[in-house]
Amino acid sequence: MTDRTACIVGIADAALENGVIPGGATALQIQARVAKAALAEAGLTLDDVDGLLVAGSWGMPRPGSMAAVTMAEYLNIQPRYLDNTNAGGSSFEMHVGHAAMALAAGACEVAIILYGSDQRSGSGRSLGGRPSALDLQFETPWGMPAPVGGYALAARRHMHEYGTTAEQLAEIAVATRKWAQLNPAAMMRDALTVDDVLASRMIADPLHLLDCCLVTDGGGAIVMTNAERARDLPTRPITVRGFGESTTHMTIGEMPDFAHLTCAEIAGREAYRKAGLGPKEIDVVEIYDSFTITVLLSLEALGFCGRGEGGAFVSGQRTAPGGDFPMNTNGGGLSYAHPGMYGIFLLIEAVRQLRGEGGERQVAEAATALVHGTGGTLSSGATVILARE
Amino acid sequence: MTNKPLPQIDVETAPFWAGAREGKLLLPHCGDCGRYHFYPRALCPHCRADGWQWAEASGRGVIHTYTIAHRGAGPAFKDDVPYVVAIVELAEGPRMMTNIVTDDLSGIAVDLPVRVVFDAVTDEVTLPKFEPA
Ligand SMILES: [Zn+2]
Repeated sequence: MTDRTACIVGIADAALENGVIPGGATALQIQARVAKAALAEAGLTLDDVDGLLVAGSWGMPRPGSMAAVTMAEYLNIQPRYLDNTNAGGSSFEMHVGHAAMALAAGACEVAIILYGSDQRSGSGRSLGGRPSALDLQFETPWGMPAPVGGYALAARRHMHEYGTTAEQLAEIAVATRKWAQLNPAAMMRDALTVDDVLASRMIADPLHLLDCCLVTDGGGAIVMTNAERARDLPTRPITVRGFGESTTHMTIGEMPDFAHLTCAEIAGREAYRKAGLGPKEIDVVEIYDSFTITVLLSLEALGFCGRGEGGAFVSGQRTAPGGDFPMNTNGGGLSYAHPGMYGIFLLIEAVRQLRGEGGERQVAEAATALVHGTGGTLSSGATVILARE
Repeated sequence: MTNKPLPQIDVETAPFWAGAREGKLLLPHCGDCGRYHFYPRALCPHCRADGWQWAEASGRGVIHTYTIAHRGAGPAFKDDVPYVVAIVELAEGPRMMTNIVTDDLSGIAVDLPVRVVFDAVTDEVTLPKFEPA
């Protein structure tokens, strides 16, 4: 009987200089190169790939609307398992779950997940120019600065219900910067204080500029296969122990509870159940940090602290290097890189930590990792629990 | 005229926007479960009934949450900053996104009572906004 437990056997991310791909590249070029690199470290080539999962915000609304179809063409492969799931930044955590199910079912044997973005060096992103059609006709006309304004709405409500402060949110940005200082690949490595965050320009009250993620290029690839095949490959396999996903809304006005990330609670509960693990058994945590409030809401919803306790939980630099809750160890979207849909980089960093490849930022004896992606405007969430065997 | 993005009115939402032009805030009201919802959708989100009636709302509510935009949503809103984008919880129950019209940003707070006002931005489009009640 073949052991079809899903494993991650290859990862790669595109090198950036000051947030951009040196010399420039299209989103397609970026993805092709990280695909080759991730396969190469696993001793595989594109000819081995029979599962392809892609999400991006490039080439919209034309070729990028069918991202996996376009990438199959560009790479000249004909996969037998295809996934175009696009739920925003959480797409790649969903892809890991979908690939795990496909591998378990024998629907594919070598799956690759791809992401690429030239949003900083290329045409840029224009989320503020969202079309005012269908459900968005009840959001766009009022000048909601998307996405930051939506996150600010949640932050304000959380402050109102629980007394959460701007200082507590800033603690997250400061702790994340300390991890970035240990990561040579991170874009922002200067020292940062809570006062610096509070003194930075107000963008959407109560969120300051330094509560917001970076805007960079980027690319990432993840190769997955079953445990049987992984045994013959050169990299140390990282096992997918659990996964879950959900969504509650597209337009922020429909968020069911502005002070609680319901989709993360649903996704996390499912991932813990599959893994047979709870929040206390996780060694390293990688959480989507589009904004500081994203992290705080995720920590509560994933059960690392109680509802309304997120502000106290992150105080005292608890999530910084040397703190008792290592989180966002590459410097996160706040200080490492954020190419628009950041979720794949959470997974890549978790794999590096579990392999022991973290260098200066390595978390000692990291055996389990929880990754949680958020997409849209607190719209979608997906959790993956990984372990080294 | 305005250079701001206007709602792309469709067959489902046309009555809402027609009501706004006449100074009425219309909400879908479900005869099966007796509840209101917003935005309008084919199936009642509470009881899944197919079919409901438009009903005029009181126009009263409270601020459920808000943000003050210091960077506008694109060039069209650049000259408006700072402005308030809020989620108002209507007396009838549903919440809706809107702007709070005020000269006193320091007076904006969660739970502040507000009432609807209508901003005719074009001949076709009137946006419901709110002001402190
Ligand atoms: Zn009903």
